[in-house]
Amino acid sequence: MVNKEIIIRKNAYFDSVTLMSISADIKGLDGVIDSVVSMATPMNKELLKRVNLFSDEVDKCDEYDLVIAFSHDETITKEAILDYLDNALNGQNENAAGEKTDVVYKSIKAAKKDNDNANMAIISVPGEHAKREVMEALKQGLNVMLFSDNVTLEDEIELKKYAVEHELLVMGPDCGTAYINGTGLCFANRVNDGVIGIAGASGTGMQELMVLVDKYGGGISNAIGVGGRDLREEVGGLMMMEALKMLNADEKTRVILMVSKVPAQSVSEKLLKLIKSDINKPVVIYYATDMTFSNEENIYYAKSLKEAAITAVNISKNIYSDVEELDAFERKNIQGKYIRGLYCGGTLCAEAYYFLRNHINDVRSNIASHDEEKVKDAFVNEGNMLLDMGDDLFTQGRPHPMIDPTLRLDRIMECATDKETKVILLDFELGYGSHEDPVGATIDTILKAHKAAEEIGKTLIFVTYVQGTGKDFQNKFQSEKLLKEAGCIVCESNIDAVVKAYEMIG
Amino acid sequence: MNNLLKAEGLSVINVGLKRFADDVISQGKEAVKIDWKPLANGRKDILDALDKVDGIKEKVAKANKEVIDRIKKSKPFLEDIDLAINVIEGMEKNLILHAGPYITWDKMCGPMKGAIIGAVLFEGLAASESEAVKLIEGGNIKFAPCHEYNAVGPMAGVLSASMPVHIIHDREYDRYSYCSVNEGLGKVLRFGAYSDEVLARLSYLKNEFMPVMKKAIKESGGIDIKLITAQALQMGDECHNRNKAATSLFYKQISLYIVKTESDFEKVQKALAFIAGNDHYFLNLSMPACKIMLKAGENIEYSTIVNVMARNGVEFGIKVCGLDSKDWYTGASNYIKGLYFPGYSEEDACPDIGDSAITETMGIGGFAMGGAPAIVQFVGGSTDDAIATSKRMYSITTDLNAAYSLPVLNFKGSALGIDIIKVIENDTLPVINTGIAHKEAGVGQIGAGIVNPPMECFYNALLAYVKRYNL
Repeated sequence: MVNKEIIIRKNAYFDSVTLMSISADIKGLDGVIDSVVSMATPMNKELLKRVNLFSDEVDKCDEYDLVIAFSHDETITKEAILDYLDNALNGQNENAAGEKTDVVYKSIKAAKKDNDNANMAIISVPGEHAKREVMEALKQGLNVMLFSDNVTLEDEIELKKYAVEHELLVMGPDCGTAYINGTGLCFANRVNDGVIGIAGASGTGMQELMVLVDKYGGGISNAIGVGGRDLREEVGGLMMMEALKMLNADEKTRVILMVSKVPAQSVSEKLLKLIKSDINKPVVIYYATDMTFSNEENIYYAKSLKEAAITAVNISKNIYSDVEELDAFERKNIQGKYIRGLYCGGTLCAEAYYFLRNHINDVRSNIASHDEEKVKDAFVNEGNMLLDMGDDLFTQGRPHPMIDPTLRLDRIMECATDKETKVILLDFELGYGSHEDPVGATIDTILKAHKAAEEIGKTLIFVTYVQGTGKDFQNKFQSEKLLKEAGCIVCESNIDAVVKAYEMIG
Repeated sequence: MNNLLKAEGLSVINVGLKRFADDVISQGKEAVKIDWKPLANGRKDILDALDKVDGIKEKVAKANKEVIDRIKKSKPFLEDIDLAINVIEGMEKNLILHAGPYITWDKMCGPMKGAIIGAVLFEGLAASESEAVKLIEGGNIKFAPCHEYNAVGPMAGVLSASMPVHIIHDREYDRYSYCSVNEGLGKVLRFGAYSDEVLARLSYLKNEFMPVMKKAIKESGGIDIKLITAQALQMGDECHNRNKAATSLFYKQISLYIVKTESDFEKVQKALAFIAGNDHYFLNLSMPACKIMLKAGENIEYSTIVNVMARNGVEFGIKVCGLDSKDWYTGASNYIKGLYFPGYSEEDACPDIGDSAITETMGIGGFAMGGAPAIVQFVGGSTDDAIATSKRMYSITTDLNAAYSLPVLNFKGSALGIDIIKVIENDTLPVINTGIAHKEAGVGQIGAGIVNPPMECFYNALLAYVKRYNL
């Protein structure tokens, strides 16, 4: 059946070239037999007559009236054709104005309007402004990677509840790391693709897992950061639970690695319940804590990030043997010659803390979970001290030490000239987001520190760890070479560096 | 369940540190950067108001769509020319209309004062400048914005009882708008000049030009201004600061009727020479046409679309469709960034003045500057800048106007319907192409450039909106 439509729009001028191309486009639509869209000039009237799309009304039109005439079959509706036409007249169709390159967007709403396929917002604005932007992103249907810190707990809860209701992620606040669909976000390393999915409430902890999984022959499917406070009582693991469910449903993921600083009791119970009831993939868990947990069916607890990574890789290859380490070391009692760990990575610092507090005396940290082990003054050296230099204490108004490694340099010199420091423990993070050459920016200070130590007649030992893969843009090999040439001990993982520091002491 | 991991890839919108977007791009994925700064500079009252309006956004969107539909339907035709007193409702012998929002004599800028003195002289209310000033200071002359009388005027926008006005009829909604006849460049009333030469020209327009035009316009049966505008936009005009093509198109139509209806050859020759000699003749048709089209959106409850932007040389004022049509929301007029004629500089400039920003309100002028490459240098930029400016305007408007399509943007419709919410949320102000007046009366135009309204207008309108609808 052929339907014929002739529509007239009085006093609607369009350029004839535009109309010719639109006529051709409409004619190209499936189901359209013929189409003429033109101004009603005498010449066009003749044309309309020839294709039998003419009427008395058209005859009465003048050259300023638009005639829309087409014939079509039942496979396309008149409305669909007119919709297409109006979009074309507005210059909105794909084959028309494809310009979006040099537009400067000022809001998420405007950016999303022009980039309909966007599915993730990375938000790193100052904390007090973050909530509004996150809410806007969620309203636009975007998942959110929230790098900003200083977001209140109440806001975090509100945003995460909204996100859960709308099946979206809020990764953060203060979330440094994610690896989604093959793309690293913020602080992330280039790793092999694989079957191990990570859900983490800690940035450098996740990076350490990614790097070590890569190192031990595995690969990453996805890594979802949830923000350091997600596993606190108040937030209740809202996003961690989402992340676990998503990784469970993710076809690429075969083994799930979960990492966090120690969660609230109620939250760890809730997570355990969820894993047992809803997750049908093996889950390897590392909590930065000295509490011990026993493995259950399909749930494996690791005592270090390295153990977690190796266990996950082994499971992914169907190897189910215990990874033996860490338990064999004796406790040492050291006086007057201490380890000073100056950390950029918070979870790395925590991992060091929980190992060392069980193996040597006098351990102090700004992230200590035991009150008596808290540093009295983070700016004064004291005992075996492990400082998370990414703590707000150090970063007020300054970039994070992973971005600006110079923050740590003065403290290295202070430790070098302090008679009680025997071992300085340093981490260097490579990967996206991090400083372009963190080792290079520190190496002169290490050389100077050695010299300063010699001058006061002591031997100083640097134990270092470069977190990254050979694929990261900073050149891991060169970084490690520089450190070795400067007399540093270079270790293969954070926990190896901690154990080495322990061995070097006393 | 969240389907992020099922998606093919990742496409990022980055708000904040640019390095995060660069890292995503370096991994071969898309990342759009947002040039972020704290919304409304963190002003709490504005942020609260935005949230409140967001709470009724469906209602707002519906109202705005209605406004756009009405504006698009409007059909402005030039149908007549007559003396202001004969056609403008409420016009009086001692009433002088001016550009922009309300202002008192003591606060007016130089060009506006000069133009008003000229109008008082032209009306024969005073015989000399000093007499005129005395009369005004004695409170014997009333002032009001052109817009309150459905009129518009470029620059000082001064309109008095005996001046001829173009009469634009909206054939869809049967309403009228008015605008004086453009006097040309040089020493002209709209820049505050009131010398004998200026007054003589005004007399010519009233006594000779108007009767010729009246017959011709009547004979034409009405001239479709929207149509000429649409065609001129495809010929390198933006119909605010460049009207060469539009004036030519108008001339092409009217000349035939002038010749046909006026037998006095000398009068014909003079009238044709007057139109042909002034490339801005069409501005005074473009403006009232924009005015009457935008008026179609007036008094639509809950609409956040701006339907008037006008300046008096001291203050910039806007009106909003969803707010009382009598109310202006104002802020201080900005100075224009642009090119100056030889011998003049910014120090000589008067702040932004004139009702001509009605063209931008309708989505042409600065909004269509990308399509007017001939003047982009004149207004201080490259063609690329001009195109970028036109594109940026889409982020603050509600819709596209297919009737006014821009060849340079692949025939995309011009940006129509400035939304106060989008202006604030995107921290993007409308861009206005405009002439620069000398701050002293009568010197005339000293340059041209681009200018923005003050953000304060939009803040004030938003706060009034929230109050009006008890949000």
